[in-house]
Amino acid sequence: MARRTAIVGVGQTYHKSKRKDVNGQELINEAVKRALDDANLSLKDIDAIVIGNMDHFEAINYVDGWSVDGSGAFMKPIMKVTTGGSTGGTLGACGYYHVASGFFDVVMAIGWEKNSESDTQAAISTCADPLVERDFFAGAIGPNAAEYAMYMKDYGATEEDAALVAVRDHNNALNNPHAHLRTKITVEDVLKSPVLCWPIKLLDSCPRSDGACAVIYACEEKAPKIAPKPAWVHATAVSHDYTYFGDFDWESMPTLEAVATRVYKRAGITKPLQEIDVMELYLPFSTNGVIWMEHMWVCGRGDAPKLVRQGVFNMDGELPVNPSGGVLSTNPIGATALIRIGEAALQIMGKAGARQVPDVKTAMATAFGSCYWFEATILRSTKP
Amino acid sequence: MDKAAIVGVGQTKYERGKTGSFAELVFEAVTKALADAGMESKDIGNVVTVTNDFWDGRTISCMAVAEASGSYGRDATNVEGDGTLGAFYGLMRALSGVYSNTMVVAHSKISEGSPRAIFNCAFDPVYDRILGLDAISSSALQARAYMKKFGVTEEQCARVSVKNHRNAWNNSYAHVPLDITVKDVMQSPKLAEPIKRLDTSPISDGACAIVIATEEEAKKKKRAKKPIWIKGVAHCADAYRLGERDLSYSNALEAAARKAYQMAGITDPLKQIDVAEVYDAFSYMELMWYEGLGFCGRGQGGKLIESGQTEMGGELPVNPSGGVLSAHPVGVAGLARIAEAVLQLRGEAGKRQVPRARVALAHGINGICGQTHCVWVLSNEEA
Repeated sequence: MARRTAIVGVGQTYHKSKRKDVNGQELINEAVKRALDDANLSLKDIDAIVIGNMDHFEAINYVDGWSVDGSGAFMKPIMKVTTGGSTGGTLGACGYYHVASGFFDVVMAIGWEKNSESDTQAAISTCADPLVERDFFAGAIGPNAAEYAMYMKDYGATEEDAALVAVRDHNNALNNPHAHLRTKITVEDVLKSPVLCWPIKLLDSCPRSDGACAVIYACEEKAPKIAPKPAWVHATAVSHDYTYFGDFDWESMPTLEAVATRVYKRAGITKPLQEIDVMELYLPFSTNGVIWMEHMWVCGRGDAPKLVRQGVFNMDGELPVNPSGGVLSTNPIGATALIRIGEAALQIMGKAGARQVPDVKTAMATAFGSCYWFEATILRSTKP
Repeated sequence: MDKAAIVGVGQTKYERGKTGSFAELVFEAVTKALADAGMESKDIGNVVTVTNDFWDGRTISCMAVAEASGSYGRDATNVEGDGTLGAFYGLMRALSGVYSNTMVVAHSKISEGSPRAIFNCAFDPVYDRILGLDAISSSALQARAYMKKFGVTEEQCARVSVKNHRNAWNNSYAHVPLDITVKDVMQSPKLAEPIKRLDTSPISDGACAIVIATEEEAKKKKRAKKPIWIKGVAHCADAYRLGERDLSYSNALEAAARKAYQMAGITDPLKQIDVAEVYDAFSYMELMWYEGLGFCGRGQGGKLIESGQTEMGGELPVNPSGGVLSAHPVGVAGLARIAEAVLQLRGEAGKRQVPRARVALAHGINGICGQTHCVWVLSNEEA
């Protein structure tokens, strides 16, 4: 049977568009050191390491081996997992299963990206089939724009609704010293920002950041000795769509619905809005922060704009979403979803500083990428 | 560790220039593994794919095999590295209590790419890549370091190639079976001193899949095949830069083997292990891995191959399948070692069967000159 497992340490770099002061290994090491400091552990306490990023952003093959000087994996077990934008969620699950399986007691998951060394959208475009879809797949913005355009038509949502999400996430970032973009904005600022692909505008969109995140998982015997308030992993789940974008059902988001259904079931959650205290969601565009709430069963179909307008997902609302500022504020792609898990853990551990939501008992983190590949994690202050 | 077993394996034939897409190779391997396990797609709770964006020539290449691997509608994840590492993560997920049976599948279609350019991208982008290092030239440095330190000869390395290419005649999946002599190897064109053409593995396309089951699942119903129990698994990474490593001996392999042996209760590997499938990307590697795996003492690999103990019929036959020298689908090759070990332990290895094999070892490497090693010990006896 699985061992109970908890998150006991979180470390993040500072993030910006170009971290010219460090190379990749040094960037990784900055997160590793901070995670070790956070857990008051040293490298010798780490039994195994998992690492991930997106290959074509830095063009380094076999990153697990290359990382050793920064990750500290010299003469340790290390493996690489990667699933595109959702890599951070994949990493968190991998760290968890390393411990839950009984093979390792203390495991560090590291996500990183040095986006400044890449042509991000060009690299992403090569995820499309080379013969059938690559010629006209122009990166990540188009599909998300189409998704919201359809939603606006079907349910009467507006560009202002998406802007409210952008304002929420960007302004939450003011409370997060690790966030990349920390500028106070208004709905008007969002609406006036340049259109990237209608209806998505610049301030509706995530940046690309250089950065890294490390999260330490420990077994039931060790976790309480390392952290006074460990964040216990209750469930993880994954669901992805088809290989060809043309096969997707863009309106019903079957994979997000599947992952939410699965992770709630595994964690025993029936009413997410009431039972979850805080969410760190992988929302690369503000538009996602409207539509996806419905597919996560937080509210009924077509009801999300109303909840967004009411401020239900604001810091003082019933279910605060992205106290950290989310992906709209910070996006080192291979680390982005691991930051969601790390931030959710900090909320449980009561270590989220100015962005802390009071009395968090249940937190949820998600990941998103590639073929609508969603991952979800439920953390609680109590053991499973 | 809790008990888990491999209950199904499937391989394509390995060859260069397959006409199907790599997703089609994955589908073939997965379909075969399911049939071998007596299962249908619905019996799989969880899928681990093994991909590499460089070798696959597209970003997030796990997307491209998602449907073929059968992961649509179920939990999935993706490891980038050798298949032995993907299988280890599959085992972890199987033992987590969340999933039932776990499918692990790896593919390779490196004939479509440029292996030298792709492997060059494993080297440090600032300091080393510009030297034009690739798998052959870096391994030549390691071979030389090993041979110089221990007095291992090119002829001793050549014997590995002769043995494994000969063994490959007994394996219908193998890419390059050859009847060659030590003299043939010695006279083959030199690629990078001291490595010659017949010391190297081929460029092979193909796929391999295995099904891992928990104890409960392995025993649940009458499985089509005898479950093969996983007794020990461990992996370990050495330093990255060649100059920071003892290239002549693999400390990482020794550490991984020691841990896997400890889990499996192996104290005398040469005696207790009946058959081994190791990752011999170059002939010298098999000799070095003998040492790291404790089949012989440091520097004794050349003498071990000369003694005939690793030949078919010897004390510990190594690579009855023909090994990686006879088929090298990158990423798949380690998983194929596990699949071959399973066939041996079931008694289904046909002409390459080692009689009465009870305990088998499978080994994979990842990165430059075997930076990471992963060691598996399997047995057909549950207790």
